[in-house]
Amino acid sequence: MALDRWIAIVILVVCIAYGYTAFFTMDELLPPIMRRSPIWPSSFPKVLAVGGIVLSLAIIFGIEKAAGAGQNDIDVTRLGQYKFGQALMLLGLMVAYALLLRPLGFLASTFAFLFLGSFLLGERRLLLMATVSAIAAGFIWYLVNEVLGIFLSPLPLFLN
Amino acid sequence: MLEGLLAGLSTAFSVTNILIVIAGCLVGTFIGMLPGLGPMSIIAIMIPIAITIGDPSTALILLAGVYYGAVFGGSTSSILINAPGVASTVATSFDGYPLARKGQAGKALTVAAIASFAGGTIGAILLMIFAPALASVALLFHSAEYFALMVVGLSAIAAFAGTGQVCKALLMTFLGLIMATVGEGVLFNAPRFTMGVMDLQSGFGFITLAMAMFALPEAIYLVLDPNRSKTGDGDSGEITNLRITRDEAKRIAPVIGRQSLQGFFIGVLPGAGATIASFLGYAVERNIASKEEQEQFGKGSVKGVAAPESANNAAATGSFVPLLTLGIPGSGTTAILLGALIALNVSPGPRLMIDEPEIFWAVIISMYLGNLVLLVLNLPLIPYIAKVLSVPRNYLIPFILFFTLMGAYIGQNNATELLLLVGFGVCATLLRFADYPLAPLLIGFILGPLLENNFSRAMQLYDGMAFVWERPMTLALLTLALILIVLPSYRRRRARLRAAGVADGD
Repeated sequence: MALDRWIAIVILVVCIAYGYTAFFTMDELLPPIMRRSPIWPSSFPKVLAVGGIVLSLAIIFGIEKAAGAGQNDIDVTRLGQYKFGQALMLLGLMVAYALLLRPLGFLASTFAFLFLGSFLLGERRLLLMATVSAIAAGFIWYLVNEVLGIFLSPLPLFLN
Repeated sequence: MLEGLLAGLSTAFSVTNILIVIAGCLVGTFIGMLPGLGPMSIIAIMIPIAITIGDPSTALILLAGVYYGAVFGGSTSSILINAPGVASTVATSFDGYPLARKGQAGKALTVAAIASFAGGTIGAILLMIFAPALASVALLFHSAEYFALMVVGLSAIAAFAGTGQVCKALLMTFLGLIMATVGEGVLFNAPRFTMGVMDLQSGFGFITLAMAMFALPEAIYLVLDPNRSKTGDGDSGEITNLRITRDEAKRIAPVIGRQSLQGFFIGVLPGAGATIASFLGYAVERNIASKEEQEQFGKGSVKGVAAPESANNAAATGSFVPLLTLGIPGSGTTAILLGALIALNVSPGPRLMIDEPEIFWAVIISMYLGNLVLLVLNLPLIPYIAKVLSVPRNYLIPFILFFTLMGAYIGQNNATELLLLVGFGVCATLLRFADYPLAPLLIGFILGPLLENNFSRAMQLYDGMAFVWERPMTLALLTLALILIVLPSYRRRRARLRAAGVADGD
């Protein structure tokens, strides 16, 4: 089964869970006075849930005729050549950055992110990488902090 | 109207704002040239900066400048290295790149710049004429009509998505609307669908979502497929002579005139936008050219560069009409601008012209100024700006990823937002793998609260669904929405366009 139908199944599950909440659990908490209003907080979500379920079913069962091989961005025949490992490692690096930004401070974590990012992509000129990352981290911090006036804590937590 | 125009003039021509336009255009050109960063990503990255500025006119001027710069930068990389940074400049590469191969890159760039300038300028003049007229009609609208109008806009966006795509686009719209219901709404001050997570109390951040939908998947694609960032199939060499001959100027003048008009009106339609305008413009000009000129198309015709360039710039301007007068975005880019405006406490719509005329007119005048900046300042600088294309991808990609993270972080100052960004980014990449269009999701997400509020207000006023049949205009608009989705002729026409290689989004 094609990827787009699998995705439609996932969306269908999400819509069913969403619809269940809207139809069966949300209204219990509604104060009596609100019940006389023609519209409840759950009204719009109910419509959306039904629409989402109908549309994802339509995709799963292929009701709309596809236009043959679409202009897809991804060339399936070349899937083997795609660098999934690199992409996953970079995503992992982004998650690490998100978790370490506060504890390590902006300067250290940004330096590490840029340095390791280019390392993961196969760059090995360590000195150049370090220089570029250091200058970029410092410059961006200055720009955001001083020019834009948005505070970014520059140093690790234990030094502040 | 004249008073507003004067107020706008004085706002737009303040020293700060002129500098902002210049800076915005330069930054936009610079980033727009990079592979994989389209105007939507660039604007999303710039939004935190715009919000820090605080003054809505200045912020909007900055964003509009960045937008134009990005479209211009996209055409530069189409011409020089056959790698369009932006979907709406794909058509430019059909003739721009052959010209560059012949050593006439400078000429192609000049034609593109003049055509963009003319397209943008004519678009701005038409906007000045049509926007007030449309706004005065829209002033008669009540919540019921607004609700119906938004349904029409969302249906049109889905209907333009192409054959086999209408269901997917609609599903994405619904998903966007569903995501918009997460968090505390305006009408009911109780949190909904937060699953007990405190950080979701205020809903998903729209900048995070915009970054995750557009910037991150592009960056991931660049990593996955190294060929994508490769600089075309050859270097076009030096950019030397920027001059065009008098004869060429004469040949492109009517093309620019026609395509600016056509592009503008395509841009006004919700869901059509700059990409369709540029392809259609190219096709129309090729069909009506004389036999010998027709053979030139695809091999380096100046007309083939002028047509898509004037059309896409006019359409970019045209897409501001529904945004500024109705508050309804017709494309991903204008949806992001709408989000930025809401964040700046400006509500675009027919009242904007009356309540805050200086914002409305300052934006229109700065569009004109932006086009001038692109022509006078950026064109001579292009040989130097083009150096950015030789930055190795090993350095480029970490920076693109970093800017995506920063964009989401600065706005919210919240590390959870970064995790959401990565999560949504992975989902968005999968959705693009499966050919689901992402712009409808973002438009749905941004319009969601407005749609629900107007719907609720109409329901309360009429104590039920009666507004649908008691208000003729509402009924007409909702019928129109239904026709848009069902009518298959749209799909057939788009199928042909898709076959010509139209990519999603602009």
